Amino acid sequence: MVYFILKRLVQSVFVMLAVAFLAFSLFRFVGDPITQMTGVETSVADQERLREELGLNDPFILQFGRFTADMLQGDFGFSYRTRQPVAEMIATRIPATLELGVVALLISLLVGIPAGVYTALRPRGIPTQAILLTTLVGVSIPTFVIGIMLIFIFGVQLGWLPTFGRGGTVQIGGWESSLFTIEGWRALLLPAITLGVYQLTLTMRLVRAEMMEVMRSDYIRFAMARGVPMRRLHYKHALANTMVPVITIIGLQFGGVIAFSIVTESVFQWPGMGLLFLESIRFVDIPVMGVYLVVIAFFFVLVNLIVDLLYVAIDPRLRVRDVQ
Amino acid sequence: MLTIKDLSVKFPSRFGDFTAIEDVDMTIKPGEIHGLVGESGAGKSTVGAAVIGLLSSPGYIANGELSLGNTNLRTLTPDQAHDIRGDRISMIFQDPQTSLNPLMTIEDQLIETIQAHSDVSYADALKRAVDLLEEIGIKDAARRIKAYPHQFSGGMRQRVVIALAICTDPELIIADEPTTALDVAVQSQVLDLIRRLAKDRQIAFMLITHDIGVIAQIADRVTVMRKGRVMETGETAQVLGAPEHPYTRALMDAVPPLDHRIKRFRVPDEDGKGPVTGNAAEKWLLEGQQHALTGLTLTDICMRFRGPRTSLWRKPEPFVALNDVSLEVRPGSILGLVGESGSGKSTLAKAITGLITPSSGIMKLGDDILPDGKARGRKHPSRQLIQMVFQDPYSSLNSRHRIRDILTEPLWFYGFVPDAREREKLAAAMLELVGMQPDAIDKYPHQFSGGQRQRIAVARALLARPRFLICDEPTSALDVSIQAEILNLLKDLQAMFGLTILFISHNLAVVRQMADDTAVLRNGRIEEIGSTDSVFERPSADYTQNLLALTPVLPKAWQSTAVAG
Repeated sequence: MVYFILKRLVQSVFVMLAVAFLAFSLFRFVGDPITQMTGVETSVADQERLREELGLNDPFILQFGRFTADMLQGDFGFSYRTRQPVAEMIATRIPATLELGVVALLISLLVGIPAGVYTALRPRGIPTQAILLTTLVGVSIPTFVIGIMLIFIFGVQLGWLPTFGRGGTVQIGGWESSLFTIEGWRALLLPAITLGVYQLTLTMRLVRAEMMEVMRSDYIRFAMARGVPMRRLHYKHALANTMVPVITIIGLQFGGVIAFSIVTESVFQWPGMGLLFLESIRFVDIPVMGVYLVVIAFFFVLVNLIVDLLYVAIDPRLRVRDVQ
Repeated sequence: MLTIKDLSVKFPSRFGDFTAIEDVDMTIKPGEIHGLVGESGAGKSTVGAAVIGLLSSPGYIANGELSLGNTNLRTLTPDQAHDIRGDRISMIFQDPQTSLNPLMTIEDQLIETIQAHSDVSYADALKRAVDLLEEIGIKDAARRIKAYPHQFSGGMRQRVVIALAICTDPELIIADEPTTALDVAVQSQVLDLIRRLAKDRQIAFMLITHDIGVIAQIADRVTVMRKGRVMETGETAQVLGAPEHPYTRALMDAVPPLDHRIKRFRVPDEDGKGPVTGNAAEKWLLEGQQHALTGLTLTDICMRFRGPRTSLWRKPEPFVALNDVSLEVRPGSILGLVGESGSGKSTLAKAITGLITPSSGIMKLGDDILPDGKARGRKHPSRQLIQMVFQDPYSSLNSRHRIRDILTEPLWFYGFVPDAREREKLAAAMLELVGMQPDAIDKYPHQFSGGQRQRIAVARALLARPRFLICDEPTSALDVSIQAEILNLLKDLQAMFGLTILFISHNLAVVRQMADDTAVLRNGRIEEIGSTDSVFERPSADYTQNLLALTPVLPKAWQSTAVAG
């Protein structure tokens, strides 16, 4: 057990190093940092002095080491565009993206899992066919179209919900949250649904496929032959076994939700990391882009680690050793 | 008491109804073990599923009566039927590895079953569960009940499955091949347990099996089925002692006897045809015999795998799969290698074929040393001289290749026949040699039955012109009559081409029929090795004696004498 977790931790460190290397290469080799920092009027001598001062003439490996060490201490450098520390910029944006991502994930799970179970248990029913068809439509329309449609219907035509931005945020420590006011939730709802629809479909179809597979297994047939009450059979025996493989995918999905919230954030002008990333691309703000890359990779690694731990919690075969 | 009368089950399909079983009659009294025997596709399991009401969709009962005591099982609503399941009828499945929920403790599974059918407190249910496990032969049950299924060995798991089936005191238990997945020693314990439960608790058992030996050992009455119909039914001694139906006789003849060696099995369809006849393929194979007969010598073969890690700092204890195995397969002979699952039989086969690298030891094919695993190049001559026939013919043939591609591959791969048309001719001739129609060459593997596929697998191995053949459980996935055909074929081919064969099997009777010499493997060690007659008639190791005593056989009086010789 401990060995398993340690192994995963060591693997994670290597993944993070690889990503840091990519981010560093981006920073160092996409364009010359000096020309981007200085204007046309800076003399060549001054540029050379700056280059020497910033250590850009040092060997590559030394520069990478310094970059990694700075990162580890929370020093992410400065943005070209705003001249602010990147760490601060990211920190103010993270809460918006995380809240959006978590709510989207919750929507996809709270609707996707029950729908998957229902459609697996009644594979021939008319509601099942209807659900499958609707979600098929949902998955084939691009995210931004869904977002625009939602804005049009609920924001413009019906006027029920705001169409852009975050509202009603509350400051808790350094965390700006929109989960504590009605206004905040109203603003969150549309983008979260937009972001969650695709994951919802995926979760539902996955749960359905796995559950149907599990329902055919010997231990379910045996539980059936023993007359275990149907409710317990479906929700204790079958669902738990269904979730073992599904959890992996949900974990990866969450990483994806955070990373690919760019489109949704841009449609709804949601002030999260995705929007920051888009702005940074427009201004070739390479330090911000590099850090964004590292932060997203960190989320992926973290979520995967949590999934591994959940695995151990659910499946006794990983937790308890054979006695005999 | 279970009464089945004129039972028919149909499966509707696009091409009309398929009748799985027809006009089946059967009664099982309390305390009676009723054997239901037949080959795959005979509809045995369908009878069991119909009784317990778990026919797989879209199957339905088309006709007949089905009653347990005074309850008519056919008129029950789905809810009533579900209440009866577990309460009055229960079931034991074939494979204990898959029939328990891996995520729940034994305690959870036992108690939910007890509480589903009687209104008892958790503490009472727990006490009953622990008592039951003790009764069924699980030591230290109060502690072991907290364990998960994967913490039990195969035999213990099947005991837990039986405990689950009887924890509600049912009147009838349907046991669907309850011992097929178990080793002989464990099988005999489980059969004893079933017999004891039938006697002490007056539970009626429907024992579904393909193994006539098992039926002979414990069934009170027996019903023989074929193609969904009952062939014969009655007291076991009467049906097996003086079979009225020729099919029963044929089924019994196909069972290899353990106590003597017969020349050939009598196979129903093969009568008069005799051994395979020579043709182009035979000539070609004999042509390739420049090499003399080739034997195999293994000296002190050890195989260690990395064991599970128990501590972060300590080096994991290695798992020893093979421990100083030395044996010799004499040129032109068959060596039978027997042992229970996990004894290292297949590991040894993999080491010989170079699929894994032994930790130490020397392997010699003829006079040449065989390089270990990775050191053996793709072009090393032994890759052609040693061929293998695998256990499962359903997964050992590429399902997307035609038989033509499968059979001609060794011919071009080893560079025997450069001309494509010649290759094809030879492949067709080889099909004839193994007893198949040459037009099979255009078909795909899924168009053949298990026995036919195994013939194709044998043909493929022969087309590499091997001198040494490894057969790893070649018949354990097949019905007993098909097994007899394949064994006959292997014997004929061995005699014709002077092949040297390593014949791996867990079935002692099969080895008795096939092998000149026999080696008994246990936990990676050779327990005993010698000529087959001496090993079977005068076993020196306790382990071998035990194995022989526990193997279920037909009593001698019931065996057919016509084919002995």
